[in-house]
Amino acid sequence: MRDSTLRKILLYIALAVAAATFIVPLYWVFSSAVKDNSAIYQFPPDWFPWPLVVENFGEAWRAAPFNNFLVNSLIVTSIGASLKLMNATFTAYAFTHLRFPLKNVLFLFMLGSLMVPNNVTLIVNYITIANLNWINTYMGLILPSSGSIFGMFLLRQYMMTLPKEINEAAKVDGAGHFRMLFQVVLPMCKPMLVTVGVIAVVDMWNDFIWPLIVTNTVEMRTLPIGLLYLRSTEGYTNWGAIMAGTVIVALPMLILFLFTQRHIARGLTAGAVKG
Amino acid sequence: MPDPIERRRGRRRRNRREYGVFALLILPNIAMVLTFEYWPVLYNAYLSMTRWNMISGSPVWVGLKNYINLFTSSQFHQVLLNTLVFGGFVVIGSVLIGLALAVLINQKLHLRGIVRTAAFAPYVISGAAVATLWLFIFDPNYGLSRVVFSWFGASSPHWTTDSAWAMPALIIAYLWKGTGFVAIVYLAGLQGLPEEYDEAARIDGAGRWTIFRRITLPLLSPVTFFVMVITMIGTFQAYDLIAVMTNGGPGIATTTLSWFVYERAFKASDAGGGAAAAVVLFFILLALTALQNAYSQRKVHYQ
Repeated sequence: MRDSTLRKILLYIALAVAAATFIVPLYWVFSSAVKDNSAIYQFPPDWFPWPLVVENFGEAWRAAPFNNFLVNSLIVTSIGASLKLMNATFTAYAFTHLRFPLKNVLFLFMLGSLMVPNNVTLIVNYITIANLNWINTYMGLILPSSGSIFGMFLLRQYMMTLPKEINEAAKVDGAGHFRMLFQVVLPMCKPMLVTVGVIAVVDMWNDFIWPLIVTNTVEMRTLPIGLLYLRSTEGYTNWGAIMAGTVIVALPMLILFLFTQRHIARGLTAGAVKG
Repeated sequence: MPDPIERRRGRRRRNRREYGVFALLILPNIAMVLTFEYWPVLYNAYLSMTRWNMISGSPVWVGLKNYINLFTSSQFHQVLLNTLVFGGFVVIGSVLIGLALAVLINQKLHLRGIVRTAAFAPYVISGAAVATLWLFIFDPNYGLSRVVFSWFGASSPHWTTDSAWAMPALIIAYLWKGTGFVAIVYLAGLQGLPEEYDEAARIDGAGRWTIFRRITLPLLSPVTFFVMVITMIGTFQAYDLIAVMTNGGPGIATTTLSWFVYERAFKASDAGGGAAAAVVLFFILLALTALQNAYSQRKVHYQ
């Protein structure tokens, strides 16, 4: 008994240390973003700034075109993630509900592209987009990431677990494949669609290296690149404004995460642990 | 009753229509895969044997010259070493901390859900934002680093501008961002373990530590191997951390293979050199993945 009490205490200490490790840095960003400029450079630091100020955000907006960054990120993320989800859905449906010669070979062929690291595609994709005259355009930003292989894989696995009878019943009804897909199969795949959709949104929003090379004017940058730009214009020490910029980049995905973390976890661990 | 020939013709027509719908549905996705995944592999291999500045003219065939240049340059040796150090420490750190976190969260403790959420959250934050946050923490004058070092009566190192400290800074930031995900993977693994072994061992009088070391750990080994490979692959994508925190420097102290590819091609306008380095990177990843496959096929611990 006593042994187990001691053990509990130690476990809670470990839990507190773990919580602090991840929460304190995040708290530090958010509190610094609303700190008065003089408080930023105070030592020892002011952990509970009061009153809260928003002037850091104004300064970030003045130093860099954050309106453009925000609009670009919203456009690239919404269109890119929609295309990804559409591609994943259509392909998964085709592979599970339609016949085609050698379709399993075709499936493996598509899956094999997961082995291609983006470091290897970087140079050639840049050349391809340049040849299409799409450098510094939304088309160039979005198109190369609009395919979805991982999402296709997750959705296919999910669709294969749906009861076969539904398929048959709809066939008897003579439902066309598009009606079948949208009215029968997709409503049943909702949880997995959320998973694939959310992962696509996070990927598009956070993407860094591709937007960095494919855009070349400040106005076309997305938020993560904009943050890099802000830091270089604000120098290394105007941390209030830079932390405000960091909040703008991080907060939308943090909020999305808080609502959908189970969906994200399920999708991302799917490859890891097979039941 | 329709005659058999009519019926067969009907089936063939139906088949043809079904093939048509199939092709229509997969066409956009397969076009993307061919254009932006497979074609680059081939063309990149060709580019790696050419000299080209990517701007004007066209690639000039130089054979294996780019590869010879790479492997005879001491700078490239340093880059390979950096890649190994960065990847190695991140992999070891991820496995140790991730597993410890998972075991901790797997205990029946109050508020463990909060810790799981907090640990996993940095994984979905943009790497650029995480890097900026850590840049502030590592600021020797105004960052938290100064506070922590002052507890020990020391002054903070100049993390990102000191070649001895820049790599540790990157590794810490990467671990902070990625370890929560590793913990989630381990947690799924732990919760999928059969409980009979545990119970049997406990009845035999085995202690917690023995059970963990002799039963849990071996049962988790496929997960561990998976974690090691995906973490290693993940370190090859850490452009955002490197771009924001160190820019590959000071000097080339934090230039990894993937950053080297970017620098050669897009900063030094040396498409051939960049492409050759990308091929080297590709083969390293292929070898790692093959290793994982071979291992998980030989040693699957699940029933």
